[in-house]
Amino acid sequence: MILNTRHFGKIEIDPEQILTFEEGLLGFESIRRYVLIPNPDKEVPFHWLQAVDDPDLAFVVTIPFLFKEDYEFDIPDKVIKQLEIEKQEDVVVYSIAVVPEDIRKMTINLQGPLIINGKNKKGKQIVLDDNTYSLKYRIFQETAQAEQE
Amino acid sequence: MLILTRKLNESVIIDDKIEITVISIDEGKVRLGISAPKEIAVHRKEVYLDIQAENKKAAESSMNIDVLQKLLKKK
Repeated sequence: MILNTRHFGKIEIDPEQILTFEEGLLGFESIRRYVLIPNPDKEVPFHWLQAVDDPDLAFVVTIPFLFKEDYEFDIPDKVIKQLEIEKQEDVVVYSIAVVPEDIRKMTINLQGPLIINGKNKKGKQIVLDDNTYSLKYRIFQETAQAEQE
Repeated sequence: MLILTRKLNESVIIDDKIEITVISIDEGKVRLGISAPKEIAVHRKEVYLDIQAENKKAAESSMNIDVLQKLLKKK
């Protein structure tokens, strides 16, 4: 299947790889189908979540555990049911990044992670309500500090 | 919208299974106790709004991550 995208032009996608977010993402409730476009450079852990039905909509996503090793939370039972998660190994977690002009100020959202069941490709953005994790987690904090020193 | 007046330690019951109790009232702050079945999600509204706003910002993010790639490789 050929997908039209603003950022990547026409790309070929496998319809079986389409991720379904039944409730959309917060603020984008009507857009439910996405595909993950992996970074062609294997060394770079940032990928794109491209909306299937809106060529203009794409998010930069990453694996949060790479930037916050002790990141942990419980997936609510309701979500486990909704996504039909059977095994923990099937779960993939992504964080959405905000990429500002000054890229060193890039942040990832640890408060609203995306939970994806890799088996059936169902996903949901969950809300961690306890303020343990930041909505704007700076990933280049250490780098920035090191440069100042 | 239904509007009810409650005093300290009084509660409301929603649909037989969700109970919201006023636990304390103090200078413009009200603490609520919420008992609900596990499948009911309860969140502070502003957290939702924050995440919505953050998603919108993310959608406007620059897609050109060449610079980012360089920055990461420098590490």
